[in-house]
Amino acid sequence: MSAVLDYDTAAAAWQDAVTAAALLAVDPPGVGGVCLRALPGPVRDRWMQIAYELQPPGTPWRRIPINVSDSRLLGGLDLTATLRAGRPVLERGVLAEADGGLVVLAMAERIALATAGKLGAVIDNSEVAVERDGLAERLPTRFGVIALDEGANDDERPVGPLRDRIGCHLELNGIPVNVAGGSEYTPEQIVAARGLLPQVECSDYLAEALCAGGLALGIGSLRAPLQALRAARAAAALDGRCEVDEDDVRLATRLILVPRATQVPPAPPPDEAEEQPEEQPQEQPPEEPEEPPPEEPEPPDSEQEEEQQLPDEIPAELVLEAARAVLPDNLFERLKIRELAQRSQSAPGQAGALQQGGARGRPAGVRRGSPRSGVRLNVVETLRAAAPWQTLRRAQQEQKGEGAGGRRVLVQPDDFRVTRYKQRTQTTTIFIVDASGSSAMHRLAEAKGAIELLLAECYVRRDEVALIAFRGTGADELLPPTRSLTRAKRSLAGLPGGGGTPIAAGLDAARDLIEEVQRKGNTPVLIVLTDGRANVTRAGTGGREKAQQEANEAAQVIRLSGVRALLVDTSPRPRPLGRELAEAMGGEYLPLPRADAASISEAVQAVTGAKS
Amino acid sequence: MAPAFPFSAIAGQDEMKLAMTIAAVDSSIGGVLVFGDRGTGKSTVVRALAGLLPTIRATDCPYQCNPDKEDALCGHCQERLATGKSLKVRRINVPVIDLPLGVTEDRVVGALDLERALSSGEKAFEPGLLARANRGFLYIDEVNLLEDHIVDLLLDVAASGENVVEREGLSVRHPAKFVLIGSGNPEEGELRPQLLDRFGLSVEVSTPNDLHVRMQVVRRRDEYEANPQAFVEKWKRKDGQVRRTIERARDQLPEVEVTDEVLERTSQLCMALGTDGLRGELTLMRAARAAAALELADRVEVKHLRQVASVALRHRLRRNPLDESGSTTRVQRAVEEHLPA
Repeated sequence: MSAVLDYDTAAAAWQDAVTAAALLAVDPPGVGGVCLRALPGPVRDRWMQIAYELQPPGTPWRRIPINVSDSRLLGGLDLTATLRAGRPVLERGVLAEADGGLVVLAMAERIALATAGKLGAVIDNSEVAVERDGLAERLPTRFGVIALDEGANDDERPVGPLRDRIGCHLELNGIPVNVAGGSEYTPEQIVAARGLLPQVECSDYLAEALCAGGLALGIGSLRAPLQALRAARAAAALDGRCEVDEDDVRLATRLILVPRATQVPPAPPPDEAEEQPEEQPQEQPPEEPEEPPPEEPEPPDSEQEEEQQLPDEIPAELVLEAARAVLPDNLFERLKIRELAQRSQSAPGQAGALQQGGARGRPAGVRRGSPRSGVRLNVVETLRAAAPWQTLRRAQQEQKGEGAGGRRVLVQPDDFRVTRYKQRTQTTTIFIVDASGSSAMHRLAEAKGAIELLLAECYVRRDEVALIAFRGTGADELLPPTRSLTRAKRSLAGLPGGGGTPIAAGLDAARDLIEEVQRKGNTPVLIVLTDGRANVTRAGTGGREKAQQEANEAAQVIRLSGVRALLVDTSPRPRPLGRELAEAMGGEYLPLPRADAASISEAVQAVTGAKS
Repeated sequence: MAPAFPFSAIAGQDEMKLAMTIAAVDSSIGGVLVFGDRGTGKSTVVRALAGLLPTIRATDCPYQCNPDKEDALCGHCQERLATGKSLKVRRINVPVIDLPLGVTEDRVVGALDLERALSSGEKAFEPGLLARANRGFLYIDEVNLLEDHIVDLLLDVAASGENVVEREGLSVRHPAKFVLIGSGNPEEGELRPQLLDRFGLSVEVSTPNDLHVRMQVVRRRDEYEANPQAFVEKWKRKDGQVRRTIERARDQLPEVEVTDEVLERTSQLCMALGTDGLRGELTLMRAARAAAALELADRVEVKHLRQVASVALRHRLRRNPLDESGSTTRVQRAVEEHLPA
């Protein structure tokens, strides 16, 4: 969170924010929208009020709550009207209603990926494709988005598909209330600007400046320079001009390009630096000599007749100069942190969790289906589903001479609707237990104890456990993924010990099981209990060195599958071998020379439990 | 709605355009998956494709059956033939059907016709999106965000080419052969392996780093948005050229010879890469044949294999522990080794 800004900076930031509101009012779909990073409070309220009042009267303004259902978002069957009219009536969703206006997304940083995806498709196609409840309609709509982002830190942000489609990204945190004044723009000005907008031209030079600047700032998406171009046009129109000038480009840079920068732009060439005003040095990020200057590739030969000759000098400097003036001093550090946060998001073991959109255990709509064990009938939705068919069914029954049998509502199995929950990804904990002679016999007993403890725990969490043991010359899957306590106990009791240590064979078996679990859509977690001293190769022959090498290779394969792994080193005097093996599989390493069942189980839960 | 952005006006993204054209030439290749960065024009390419596909002959039933293939006709058409009536044939555009994310099951597979049930108390089947996509393309944007129960429906139909509906007292089966096109961003989640398997070709798109290309993209997009009709008109001739190329390639396709030598090379490459099963080889061969047909060549050459190896194979590799490079690099390396230019 940013500290309170000094007066001048805050005033400039507020001024830009107000201008962004005006640009949004002039060209909502072109600018895409405004992502407003601000905690609820008077400053945000003031901005929202300004944005609202700048809209010409009658402009749609729709608020979308975070838990909006598909039928409200996209539209669906209007049951009441359908029954009254005796023909299907479409209820328009919020997005179709917002045509020509704005939608406001509350708590945008927590909006589900699936919702953002649907929203994105509507924005891209300029229409809502309703294929729902037996209705097929295309409802044209174009709107701007105001995303209220209340995220507190860098990794709490609206999801990618949404961020990319929103042009302006504003941060209001840090602007004191007394700075946040009124707006100098009037709705009449907006209306005039809208009228002027189609005639506004942008020279190739300035359009290219925005493209080149975006590239130099490391912005991959091509939506950004497009939105910047549209914003610059809107700014010119707002000013009553028919030609985009350099100030418009600077404004678009500040509002649209800079917030998305992923790299610090290179320092300006020295000859130009001399012509620039004196205040320039303090904004230069000095830590950036290693950043290469933007590529200026030779224009490839193009047979397109519409191609114009490119100017010799790429005009990125105009944009970069504007960017440098507002880039936060600590941009470099912030980018690093964001990178770290992103890396930890895609860290091993979370692949499954990501797929589920992180909305675990929440009701996520209804679907057709019969109530089986564990699935609950949604009575209201079932009745809704049955309602339109009543006339037809009654007529049919009468035809058959059965009459309605005094029943008010005729419900058939096809009407059954069940509530769908976003499932917490089920975890399958796979134990790979070293049952060789070198892992002393009592360790095996501890491992068994730990598994039993975990099973009891998993039973509560509805998770599964599997067990692979390796000893002698190969590995056995003693327990396929199961939730059954008795079954697990039985196969554990039959686990013999002794013999060599074929770690590679054990890990290979684990990999097969991992793939199987992933195919079922569950998230595997791997727990390896071993002393890490391999001495049997895959071929089943002895040879410490080869065996160790094979074990490390097998561990690397496991790292590629991206599962969360924990290696518990059970040797009485842990040696680096175990740690190396854990690192090879990209997992945690835990030396437990005096491991007992309880501490193993605790460690495992620390690895898996963090996400349960 | 505004007309789609013209295919020929799309700057860069050559691999994606090639894969789409190949799928348009030979529908048996089995679909295209486009995965990559945001804002790179993934869905623009697919929608543009719709604009330049050649027309096809179709019956006037809801499944646009091919009147020249009697064994693939739907129930309606077979009934007409059985009762001695002739089929009504018309020319239609190849359907390119959008499967939007918020779609409900009944609209995918088809269900009881609500309108007729309400107004006349009649029980009739209203075909869904799978029916409309028959003989055409089914496009799913953000395919990795599609609900699981919808994916399950698709998997079954995509494999069998037939949609079987048993619901609300209806029992309908109808042909549903379509080319599946999916696009998405890998950051938002991986694709289920079963679904990945249904795609013949896979394209990785990344944002163009060439300033010239980027400016072309922005300039043309801006021009299109200012006046879509005029822009489409301007590119009509170029799109027509692409359409004729596809048409000619379709005619050429049966003439293209695949020599034993090329087949052997195909197998060698697939073996070197350790692709699972024969699907990889078959797709590589078909894609190379389509690429040759696009050039109006008589036979498949090594250069055609080189051209399509990445798109045909990169999603079929097993991960290799000792090789951390991406699948594209691995395919490229194997191509250099086994199919030197």
